[in-house]
Amino acid sequence: MEALSLPAALALVAGGGAGLSPERRAALGASLPLLQRDYRFERVWFWGCIQGLRGSYYIAEGLGPNRAAPRSRLYSLNCLDWSLLTPATKEMLALAEQLKGRFQGDPSFEYSLAEINAEAAAKLTESGREPVIKEEARLIATIEQIDREVGIVPRGAFVKTPLGSVHENRHFEGLSLLDAKKLSSYFHFTEPVNLKNKTLQEKADLDPSTDFLDSLEHDIPRGSWSIQLEKGGTVVVVRSLLWLGLTFYHVPMTKQFGYVYFGTGEKNLDLPFML
Amino acid sequence: HGPYQPHEPGYGLDQPGYSPYEDEIPDPQARMLAIKNAKAYLLKTSTKSGLNLYDHFANLLTKILDEQPTNTVDIIEDISKDVKWAQFRKKMDTLRDEHLILPTFEAAEKCKALFVKEVGEEEHEELDEEMGRPSLPNVMETAFYFEQAGIGLDKDESYYIFLSLKNLINVQPIQTCRFWGKILGLEMNYIIAEVQLHEGEGGEEEEAGEEEEETAAEEEKEMGEDEEEGEEKEKEAEPPKSTYKPPPEVPKEENGTGTNKYIYFVCNEPGKPWVKLPPVTPAQIVCARKIKKFFTGRLDAPVVSFPPFPGNEANYLRAQIARISAGTHVSPTGFYQFANEDEEEDEGDAYEENPEFEPPPVVEMVESLASWAHHVKGILKQGRCFWINPFQKSEENEEEDEEEEDREEEEEQQEERGLPLLTLISEDEGMKNIPAWTAEASTNLIPQYSVAILQSNRWPGAYAFATGRKFDNIYFGWGHKYSPESHTPALPPPAQAEYPSGPAITETVDPTVEEEMAFRIAQEEALAGEEEEGEEEEVEDD
Repeated sequence: MEALSLPAALALVAGGGAGLSPERRAALGASLPLLQRDYRFERVWFWGCIQGLRGSYYIAEGLGPNRAAPRSRLYSLNCLDWSLLTPATKEMLALAEQLKGRFQGDPSFEYSLAEINAEAAAKLTESGREPVIKEEARLIATIEQIDREVGIVPRGAFVKTPLGSVHENRHFEGLSLLDAKKLSSYFHFTEPVNLKNKTLQEKADLDPSTDFLDSLEHDIPRGSWSIQLEKGGTVVVVRSLLWLGLTFYHVPMTKQFGYVYFGTGEKNLDLPFML
Repeated sequence: HGPYQPHEPGYGLDQPGYSPYEDEIPDPQARMLAIKNAKAYLLKTSTKSGLNLYDHFANLLTKILDEQPTNTVDIIEDISKDVKWAQFRKKMDTLRDEHLILPTFEAAEKCKALFVKEVGEEEHEELDEEMGRPSLPNVMETAFYFEQAGIGLDKDESYYIFLSLKNLINVQPIQTCRFWGKILGLEMNYIIAEVQLHEGEGGEEEEAGEEEEETAAEEEKEMGEDEEEGEEKEKEAEPPKSTYKPPPEVPKEENGTGTNKYIYFVCNEPGKPWVKLPPVTPAQIVCARKIKKFFTGRLDAPVVSFPPFPGNEANYLRAQIARISAGTHVSPTGFYQFANEDEEEDEGDAYEENPEFEPPPVVEMVESLASWAHHVKGILKQGRCFWINPFQKSEENEEEDEEEEDREEEEEQQEERGLPLLTLISEDEGMKNIPAWTAEASTNLIPQYSVAILQSNRWPGAYAFATGRKFDNIYFGWGHKYSPESHTPALPPPAQAEYPSGPAITETVDPTVEEEMAFRIAQEEALAGEEEEGEEEEVEDD
């Protein structure tokens, strides 16, 4: 969610019971603008909070002129001092998928790979490194996965220019109430995967400036999103069931939208059994 | 940048009479004509839409000059589309659109109704004072303390819930009431209130239940008579009756004790009417432990699962609420004490507030888990809080003697002993290397006003806070237990054996001719021997 609209946004997302204490909110209000100044971001998004056993990680993302470029991620344990995270590598992603269980809350905690996956541990020792994964790497990989799989934006909110860069659509007036209840009005805000698999008829209806991302309609398994109208029908809240804790909100017919993650940072692999 | 020097090509061509197009526009008159032609072209009405380009440009430029957006050239196409849209709408405006009654407005109506103070409320208040005031919990105060930890709903929603609870108290005969929490669902969410009704009021459920049992027994007797008549009429061979006798049902606990100590009311949104949840049976709890399903938000939705859940979503919800309460409702140690000093054994379910309770400082509550204790009895594997031997009940049945034989054959069920009521939470087992509880203070910057917060790791979403003499528990979540391993559904049971195999029906190999001859010889010899000795033969089968 946009750092500038944080208080209003947190009120809209609070239906799930998770939020921030007044102390943290105040701290964010002070530190996020400083982040913007120091790192020269154009936009700063408060991504959310991953709760570990002994502490929580608060994550912020900074965006440059091209909103679809890989975002810089920062984490903090107290919403005041932020540390930049390195971009995720494929290796990190592969290793982090093996890890199960809660986050510990300590970024320097080391998971011993030998217990989990002996092969990977062997590979690492061969290449001269220790067979451990630090919690920081797991954090980076988890955030990347969540953004890739369930980070969503409404249709029409972003436009792609002919040069390839993506900007906010200044003409976006918000989805209508009818559109807001459909899954096809929301897109994954990441590299599209099955955009090219659409039939010619479907492609003819699309507008290449706004429909350049995957919509949620064809997500597998079907039903992994829950769309609800809250607050007496004034806010549309879309919750992901694959990553429990990801909440997206949008006030129809206005420009307000955003998503935030409050959760334990674990994928819900039991989803097919639970539907 | 034009040609300035006489030697540059094109010099002098901008003078009238010397431009390259001289042969096309010989005189200024013709220029005016050209402009008129261009304008006439622009004014040509489109055959498809009835618009013309001239008017469209005029409207477009008017709009742009009126609004003066920044970087107009980047959004010019969108503005053009908008102008065309506006044209379209105006022309069709002969009929007025009916005002859309959005669901937003209906919901707002309901919320507004919450604020209306009833005329009869003063009478209610007098009655209450006679019967003993039902305590409306201070939901806003609890919400404030939880907010210090970052947990809780929006203030507006909390206030609506506050008002709905007040309505609930006015409608139902309630003794104590508490906001239990919120469970999220796929289509709608549940807001749950935990109440204790006045004694005698909860009996309606029991009577209804007993009536159901009586009618069911009558039906069974009728069925039995029908079957006997049927047997007399048709003596044809019938398929063998199943000898399967289901294990006796564990009876559910009485209202007011054990898992049914409290009654729960749910509603989907504050403003909607409250619905009472039925009491929970041990079978439902046992089954709920084996399945993991999302709630849809509709109480009458079926729960499709394996093992099949005995009930619909209302029962499943009630079972999960019972499990969560039993697992995560805690209070500072010493706040409650046993009502009867002798009853520290499993039998004790009654507790009362300890008047001599000295609240420990917040720092101690955070650091030591021994300063918290459960005040809800844990649920045994049987699905009840107090163990009962289900076979004792079968004495009342009027079945044949088969029942007694079965009882002797089946093993005696082990009596289950659970933890006593006020156990410290430091004795809760963790899963692998994850402790069962995480404690922290709400703020490190202002320790004198910080609140001790407990988060449960076994039931993510269950929180408790304590500060001084105030404490409370709440749940915000999806209603499922945390398991470090993935959920594995129960496998179907092995196929039932068709019939017991014994010597009478086992196939054997037919004897060969030689064997039969040998057998016959042996028989004759034995007959000869029998006349002599008079002993019985032994038949030999090969």
